[in-house]
Amino acid sequence: MKFFENSTIFNYTWEQVAQGFWKRYPNPDSKHVLSEDTISREIKSGKLLSKRLLSKTNNIPNWAKRFIHTSYVYILEESIVDVKNKVLVTYTRNLGFTKVMSVTEKVVYKQSEENPHKTEVLRYAWIDSQVRGFSRAICAFGYERFKKNSQKMVGGFNYVLQNMFPHQNSIPNVHMTVTTAHKLKDAAKNASELAKSKAAPIYASLHPNQS
Amino acid sequence: MNSIGEACTDLKKEYDDCFNAWFSDHFLRGRTNDSICAPLLKVYQHCIKKAMKEQNLDYDEVRKDLLGTEKEKIPPVEANKKSKS
Repeated sequence: MKFFENSTIFNYTWEQVAQGFWKRYPNPDSKHVLSEDTISREIKSGKLLSKRLLSKTNNIPNWAKRFIHTSYVYILEESIVDVKNKVLVTYTRNLGFTKVMSVTEKVVYKQSEENPHKTEVLRYAWIDSQVRGFSRAICAFGYERFKKNSQKMVGGFNYVLQNMFPHQNSIPNVHMTVTTAHKLKDAAKNASELAKSKAAPIYASLHPNQS
Repeated sequence: MNSIGEACTDLKKEYDDCFNAWFSDHFLRGRTNDSICAPLLKVYQHCIKKAMKEQNLDYDEVRKDLLGTEKEKIPPVEANKKSKS
């Protein structure tokens, strides 16, 4: 068994990321995703529980073709959205061929503790194989492929968020400057002047026609 | 995105549009009544159930819940924390 772990920061609020989550396909990095369906959905104790079925093309190297004979794979994605705590958890696994290779992925999207305008993404994955004599090789292959794909997943999701919420990268900086100004009581006046002077060019760059 | 069943794609799009509007305008604002999209979901699910059968998908495996149950895998760091406490 191989375990994978990484973390990313999205420059979007948790609410924006949660909305984008349902719309993250298609994107330029998701050409391998063929279909996406909602199998079940319910509210339980105020949380939204969903189950979606995805199908993806399965590009496998020649040496693996003796174990897997299908060109696509089904993926089941369970998720829980907890608005109160601003946490979205997803749990994804492949259906079928799990003895050859099983990939289980858990992703936690939560509001960043340092900056409420950002979202922290923690990704965990377990790659396993039960093919006698080949499990280590298959796990190593699965791990490398997952690592590569996880970068694509982040890139594709970011692309969708950028389209849904343009100008996002500039706006949090403005808020940060203003928050800092409130904290520095003695230098409040200077700081707010600074905030204004910083905000003005950002505002101007966002609204070029008005400047 | 397409549905697994070609015949279900229009139903899926209708339902997805309803759901996404509900998610943004109701659920994220703390309103958990999800009856608005329920009729669309029902028709759409009826369609995909048939499509899954046609594609020989193991429905028992699809129905199985893992997230939030004892069967869910725990990352090593959290597992260590739990065993210590």
